[in-house]
Amino acid sequence: MGKPMTMTEKILAAHADKAAVEPGENVWVNVDVLMTHDVCGPGTIGILKRQFGPDARVWDPDRVVIVPDHYIFTADDKCHRNIQILRDFVREQGLKYYYDPDFVTSDPSMPNPYKDPTKTSYKGVCHKALPEEGHVRPGEILLGTDSHTCTAGAFGQFATGVGNTDAAFVLGTGKTWLKVPPTMKFVFHGELPPYLTAKDLILAVIGQISVSGATYKSMYFAGEGVSSLTLEDRMTLTNMAIEAGGKNGVCDVDEKTLEYVRARSNVDQWTVYEDDAGCAYDYEHEWDLGTLEPLVAKPFSPDNKDTARNCRDVKVDRAYIGSCTGGKITDMIFAANLLNGHSVKVPTFVVPGSTEVHADMQRLNLQGEAKAAGEKSIQEVLEDAGCSLGPSSCAACLGGPEDTFGRLNEPITCISTTNRNFPGRMGHKEAGVYLASPLTVAASALTGHVTDPREYVTEPIATGTAGVA
Amino acid sequence: METKIKGTAYVLGDDVDTDQIIPASYLAYNPEDAKERKYFGMYAMSGVPPKQAGLPDGENRFVPEGEFETEYTIVIGGRNFGCGSSREHAPLAIAEAGAKVVVAEFYARIFYRNCVNGGYLLPCESTERLVEQTHTGDECEVDVDAGTLTNLTRGTTHQLKPLGEVTPIIEAGGLFAYARQTGMLEGSSPGS
Repeated sequence: MGKPMTMTEKILAAHADKAAVEPGENVWVNVDVLMTHDVCGPGTIGILKRQFGPDARVWDPDRVVIVPDHYIFTADDKCHRNIQILRDFVREQGLKYYYDPDFVTSDPSMPNPYKDPTKTSYKGVCHKALPEEGHVRPGEILLGTDSHTCTAGAFGQFATGVGNTDAAFVLGTGKTWLKVPPTMKFVFHGELPPYLTAKDLILAVIGQISVSGATYKSMYFAGEGVSSLTLEDRMTLTNMAIEAGGKNGVCDVDEKTLEYVRARSNVDQWTVYEDDAGCAYDYEHEWDLGTLEPLVAKPFSPDNKDTARNCRDVKVDRAYIGSCTGGKITDMIFAANLLNGHSVKVPTFVVPGSTEVHADMQRLNLQGEAKAAGEKSIQEVLEDAGCSLGPSSCAACLGGPEDTFGRLNEPITCISTTNRNFPGRMGHKEAGVYLASPLTVAASALTGHVTDPREYVTEPIATGTAGVA
Repeated sequence: METKIKGTAYVLGDDVDTDQIIPASYLAYNPEDAKERKYFGMYAMSGVPPKQAGLPDGENRFVPEGEFETEYTIVIGGRNFGCGSSREHAPLAIAEAGAKVVVAEFYARIFYRNCVNGGYLLPCESTERLVEQTHTGDECEVDVDAGTLTNLTRGTTHQLKPLGEVTPIIEAGGLFAYARQTGMLEGSSPGS
């Protein structure tokens, strides 16, 4: 029996054909899946061709996943051109997994969005589309040209973001070098109160260790407070590992993980790893969920933590519910339950994280179950409350072109379910963004100032089978 | 690899994220298109809030409006330089503007990796905080072999950390060149 190892160490060892690895060691690993999108795909493809020649082939056409998602709903013709570069590459290489925004044409104007989210090849935000379409599994290595690739660690895999050069190298060889990170462990004890969501937990973590507290490290989220979460909500934790500088984030694999993966995975086999008893952690911190309050990250940093309660005097001009962090179906159910029967006081923009989320918003009721005749859908509840619903994409989470839905083009204050609030992240350099849970964002949308959702939420909100079935 | 870099310093603070280095709205340009690539130089650091742009005074643009090149060769940063997104456009933009080296207390992981593997910039780490003791416009020299940053304007010398295990990749000029040198990839690159 060797030295006890963490899940991350075991995954990296297995992919390096080694019995064991140690934190700090550099290893060459075989990559299982490489993902890219419209912002980094054209550059990555260019490097592949420059380095391997015009006839370069990807190492395995079934292991490359391309998900256009960033700049879809814009009149910027360069963005349309970039999607065309992806299409040409997919055709040339015979790639199996590509999710085309089939409504985007070469016409240099704002594309008409999909009419029916169930009838388009387009999937929306890559980090949401990857698990939905069966590209994430326990024990694998996923690399993506996007920092929030770490989201997939919720499924017990090693997932991290890379640049174009690294991605092009993987495209050509199937390999990359990685430095084995030490693991930090974050434990949440107790039951999640109805006024908290996974977003409050991760804001507590980042506020505790800072935006660089996990630099070069793996973040392991554990405890009943994590195992009680749906996979959708666990993804909120691992998604924001990068906001603490983390290399990757992981959650344990349990029956919920396996149920999701069995229903979705396009590969039949995977390996479940867990931390050995007695393995070494670089850092450990525990929270009792009974004592945690709804939190916000104030401008201009995700670690600028405060309680929503302390910020009640902050007036907000806009609310935003969307992104890979806060645009999942459970986020929509949380927000809709709070907003149900009320009217928002400030412009509130809602962007589904994927076309599947969008379809579920039309299909499910407030309890996350298939709606009966006469019952309101989640989308109807949100629209009746006065929210503006946009088509699925990364949208204003990262600002994007000026004509992006919900973008902060003026120096206003926004409360948002997204992941970053550095200067200019959502558009204008002087726009202040408060990061918060979907409950806190919805409560603030009703009052026009930062509002603790305990003023509205007293009963647990069920999310049914949303996101799994 | 240039081991002695002399030039004018541009000073920034802590947690300079990739949206400040190259705002997302410019990512529609394709860095692999020679004509479009130079716009990353034009907009390098254009997301830095004016008060933090070129410390201590601020209000110093890294690249003059409408131009493609910076007068600053050495970027000095604080903690967690390059945090945020994985966009390789960030080190590419700084390099495309003409800067050669960043000296920060430490880097966000992906930015550092992109500097090294893409071969854009030298990412040096200082052993002490330089942000307050260096002013934008100071003439400086980075000597990689000696492991020093000398502030010629103020007559001070500061130690840098060794580049360490990534030195062979930096010296080779990036990941692809390194892989070819070590025999992991065969042949020379057709396009470079």
